[in-house]
Amino acid sequence: MPEKFDVVVVGAGPAGCTAAIVLARAGMKVAIFERGDQPGAKNMFGGALYYTEALNELLPDFWEQAPIERYVTRHVLTFLTPDASFSIASADNDFGSPPYNGVTLLRAKFDPWYAGKAEESGAFLVPATVVDDLIWDGDKVAGVMAQRAEGEVLADVVIAADGANSLLAKKAGLRKEFDTSSFAVAAKEVLALPAETIEARFGLSEGEGLAQSFVGDCTKGLTGGAFLYTNKSSLSLGMVVRLSSLQEKQISIAELLDDFKNNPCIKPAIKDAILKEYSGHLIPEAGMNMMPQLYGNGLLVAGDAAGFLVSTGLTLQGMNFAIASGYAAAQAVIKARQKGDYSRKGLSYYKSLLEESFVLEDLKTFRHAPRFQDNPRIYGLYPSLLCGISKRIFQVNGQPRKKILHLVREEMKGKTSLWRLATDIIQAGRALIWP
Amino acid sequence: MAIEDKLSTIRYAVDAEPHIRLNTDICETCQDKTCLYICPVQNYTLAEDKLVFSWQGCVECGACRIACTAGAIEWAYPRGGFGVCWRYG
Repeated sequence: MPEKFDVVVVGAGPAGCTAAIVLARAGMKVAIFERGDQPGAKNMFGGALYYTEALNELLPDFWEQAPIERYVTRHVLTFLTPDASFSIASADNDFGSPPYNGVTLLRAKFDPWYAGKAEESGAFLVPATVVDDLIWDGDKVAGVMAQRAEGEVLADVVIAADGANSLLAKKAGLRKEFDTSSFAVAAKEVLALPAETIEARFGLSEGEGLAQSFVGDCTKGLTGGAFLYTNKSSLSLGMVVRLSSLQEKQISIAELLDDFKNNPCIKPAIKDAILKEYSGHLIPEAGMNMMPQLYGNGLLVAGDAAGFLVSTGLTLQGMNFAIASGYAAAQAVIKARQKGDYSRKGLSYYKSLLEESFVLEDLKTFRHAPRFQDNPRIYGLYPSLLCGISKRIFQVNGQPRKKILHLVREEMKGKTSLWRLATDIIQAGRALIWP
Repeated sequence: MAIEDKLSTIRYAVDAEPHIRLNTDICETCQDKTCLYICPVQNYTLAEDKLVFSWQGCVECGACRIACTAGAIEWAYPRGGFGVCWRYG
């Protein structure tokens, strides 16, 4: 007889582990399958986990015990040209006290800790095991096929938290095959530096951290951006570029990242830092436009697998969406159990919960952002205009000074028209600024 | 920095068998060869005009799976416990 669980969760990332903690605490028999030799072995992200109520509810004051690196008090957005930069910087001391607004972390440390919490809650973790397929009972998912002896594992309901590629959601027909315009690839380097050097270089007090994003020359005009996060004694420096853009321009992200490290804006920041690990990962970027059907008969999709990620250019958030969606998935399963109905209809509460939470609200709010990010002028013209204008403002060269609007007009001359600028501002406004 | 030096910082449990297989007959007719550009670890290379994939250095991101619309890539995850093991992530 195959083993039977109430719930099988596929993927021991933040979505899967959150669901497992909630379900195990509700007294359900839960198994989590993880293909890495331990949780986190396959997971990589930029750097910051933003405050998530669900996490704080499950593990109050989680920052006291979780392996976090630094709490983010500084956010910087930098526009880059090959030899100049223009930044908007925000520092807020409120972000330096609990509950922290954002914390930097490394997934190979955080994910095993979080999966440990799921195990402590009573969930059964099965590491180093790939789940190949779903088991069907008619039109209802009845379990999973794991790559092992006695691979059949039955369950009343399966939660696919199997990451950006989600082969399970695809096999279940909940998700179509996507093209290169829906995904980005990320490359990251973890660069070791002493904690004191990091604090001195970035003007941080002990424990404080920086989250910086870069737009412009770092991607050589391609759709995407770069990021820098400070960990305790390392930097996470990386880049995200849309697949379709790499495809079109025939450039490799590894080379873009290398060039970025030589940009005068970043070079002194990483001086003498030692490369500890180069990594790469896939990012679902199309937001609402790529969202699969979130549930079927006996199946729920959560986290990256559901495309729950919001990239505004200012922040890139995914882990908080994963945790909140895992939490909602578990609540929906608990409700379905009370009614004894794990059908599509019985699980539909999942969508209502997501709609009530920030998950679907934020995706809806920023639904135009992925299209807006296709505008090539964001990566070339506008960084160069901003840097050019600020240069004219600060430049003292013996000539009579002029007021800012005059300088703006001079800088724009021959580069773009007022009409073009106005239409781009409207597009940006629709995507990111006004309601 | 050469990609080989970057790869040397990554820990792998390399399986004896490749988890991704190429149908190079299809690759030969492919004009775009997108795989050469979208792989973050540059595991797709040309050797005397022949496309070669080194599964040992794969980070299992799936970019090639999405980008290869010619259907030349038979893509799967490595067996459980094998493949990339991030030490930092």
